[in-house]
Amino acid sequence: MFGRTCVPLAIHHRIPPALLGWTGTTVRVRVNHVGEMDRAVFRCLPVMCSDMPFVSDPSLESSQLAADDPELVARLRARDAQAFARLVNEHGGRLLSVARRLLAHEEDARDAVQDAFVSAFRALPTFEGQSRLSTWLHRIVVNAALMKLRQRRRRPECSIEDLLPKFLPDGHQADPPDNWSAEAETRLLRGELQVVVRRAIEELPEAYRTVLVLRDLEGFDTEQTARWLEVGEGVVKTRLHRARQALRTLLDHYFRGGDPK
Amino acid sequence: MTCCEIIEFLMAYLDDALPRDQQAVFTGHLAVCPECRNFMDTYRETVKLGASVGSAHDAEAIPAEVVSAILQATREVSE
Repeated sequence: MFGRTCVPLAIHHRIPPALLGWTGTTVRVRVNHVGEMDRAVFRCLPVMCSDMPFVSDPSLESSQLAADDPELVARLRARDAQAFARLVNEHGGRLLSVARRLLAHEEDARDAVQDAFVSAFRALPTFEGQSRLSTWLHRIVVNAALMKLRQRRRRPECSIEDLLPKFLPDGHQADPPDNWSAEAETRLLRGELQVVVRRAIEELPEAYRTVLVLRDLEGFDTEQTARWLEVGEGVVKTRLHRARQALRTLLDHYFRGGDPK
Repeated sequence: MTCCEIIEFLMAYLDDALPRDQQAVFTGHLAVCPECRNFMDTYRETVKLGASVGSAHDAEAIPAEVVSAILQATREVSE
């Protein structure tokens, strides 16, 4: 049903089908940021496969879905310099992207990636191969980025309250939104929205942005996110919902013809 | 249930995490409230747009100077 050349046209890892709204919706096929189909995708597949169109995606034939090369892993565990350089070159770009999503400054992101690879280098002799190298590195770089985030001084930020929907005394929305979701789909496919969305995410207060990035962009679950941030799972859920609402407000401004801010 | 309450619990609704009776109340409200439907549609779209940013630059190669710095740092570790 779901071989390497046949994947549903609309998959996003971790996001429940109800949230995606499959009917008539086109979403790019994607694997998670460590280059694997998330387990949640497989859980969703029986639900989705009955009525989802399928498309051949040759890119998924790549090493992204293949197991780690045992010989490479053995050389890495022996701290073979050439093997490590290959690891850096193969995974470094993706890990730098992950760090950039968590850290606003390029220098911080590069430092985090360097710290991550040094940590990985130290730990490689004990790498047991219970997870993919890409998964292992993904977690290490997120950890390094979060460490960096804690170390640096926080910049002045807008209040999340300003970005949440407002309500009239009778409970109705004070500023009912237009429905720009279809237009967003079109612009997304044309590649017009990446910069707008990235900048809008950067505008979110850090405590909320971090949760949104870890959950919605990096695909970690609530439990892992809570552990990383040393908060309860309820806090993660509350911050995620508020972060999504705030991001929605910023995008609403954009689609109404204004600046996302 | 007011629009304010719908939006407060929207994530739980979309995650199918509400009790069945509340889920039904939600669905009933959404059926008659275009403003909340618009909010829900754009909320879902927001999540998708955020996720799309996630993969946008993953294919970029790591800059050569960053690779050099990493390899230099690891040489120092192993010495």
